[in-house]
Amino acid sequence: MKIAIASGKGGTGKTLVATNLFYTFQRMGLSVSLVDCDVEGPNALNFFQLHKVKVISVKEYCPKFDLQQCIYCGRCADYCDYNAIFIIPNQSQLHLLSHLCHGCGACAVACNNGAIEDSEIEVGIVSLFSTTMEREKAFLVEGRINEGEHSATPVIKAAINQGDSLNTDFLILDSPPGVSCPFIQTVAKTDYVVLVTEPTPFGLSDLRQAVETLKHLHKPFGVIINRVGLGNHDVYDYLEKEHIALLAEIPFDKKVAHLYSEGNLLVTSQPIMSKYFESISKKIIKNGNSSC
Amino acid sequence: MKVVITSSGSTLQDKVDARFGRCPFFVFYDTDNKQTEILPNPNMDADEGAGPAAVRFVASRNVKKSISGEFGFKIKSLMDSAGIQMIVVKADKTVKEIIDLLNN
Repeated sequence: MKIAIASGKGGTGKTLVATNLFYTFQRMGLSVSLVDCDVEGPNALNFFQLHKVKVISVKEYCPKFDLQQCIYCGRCADYCDYNAIFIIPNQSQLHLLSHLCHGCGACAVACNNGAIEDSEIEVGIVSLFSTTMEREKAFLVEGRINEGEHSATPVIKAAINQGDSLNTDFLILDSPPGVSCPFIQTVAKTDYVVLVTEPTPFGLSDLRQAVETLKHLHKPFGVIINRVGLGNHDVYDYLEKEHIALLAEIPFDKKVAHLYSEGNLLVTSQPIMSKYFESISKKIIKNGNSSC
Repeated sequence: MKVVITSSGSTLQDKVDARFGRCPFFVFYDTDNKQTEILPNPNMDADEGAGPAAVRFVASRNVKKSISGEFGFKIKSLMDSAGIQMIVVKADKTVKEIIDLLNN
């Protein structure tokens, strides 16, 4: 079963939930791996004692122009949906605007003169770590985009593929924030999505967007409210009105923030949280199974 | 010399458009023969890269000067390599007023 931990708003506690669930699943004797899909700011590995197994380079297609062969016909630029090829035929000028290039390869198909060679550039790396904290062996996969690269999705895809190849019974995906392409890429092939929000107007506004997106994708999901005690009651009213499952509530507590900021898990520091996350895990597995 | 002016509408009485890449119309004006040509911007609603596409569009018409309310930072180097000068004006003027200024 593949479970994504996501949210519309950033900083609501996705990684807090994902890392604690990962540990809890292990302690329950389940075979599980965690994939940190927040490739622009991965930090899940801060919470575990890990051993690096391997590093994979993520490459993307990037056209290379042979200007000796180019006749400046402009077909490549016409084929490009992203305006990534800048050409002025009467000045014999052609530049690739790499920040706009999506690596789709349409330009190479368009060129009839053999002026475009296939080449690749590294856009990020995927690292595989093993953890042996508990009896069961578990893995943590981290996707990390290279500085200056624009598109996170190929790195997320590669990280999830690495996670899939581990063949653990459960795969927990820690999603990037927002509801745009990186979020979609992360939740696309999951069986269940856990949305983490907070009871504030911002939390609710972004939760709505995430809910609408998941409905569109026909994904089953439930909500965890973090920082309970903050803000107002509107998130609860919304969940009730929309008949959305409330999976758990995590209190707005300075101790939680302290533990997290020091790289500690709640479930190893507070016995009550350890029990609580076990019940959350069971709920997620049950909800995920019933919707499969 | 050919000049391009970004316009918010399809007539010379319309105001200069404040954006270069995503303006609705381009007015091409030839200072030698005083001819104008008004063309819709084909890349106005492009998902990405409207600015570079606009530079490509105007550069293919041998423009030497471009006049707009604003130019995005991504296109400066492209304008330089195409040999097109960028002139920023307040977008409260009409295209006709800009053309009159070019002639004085």
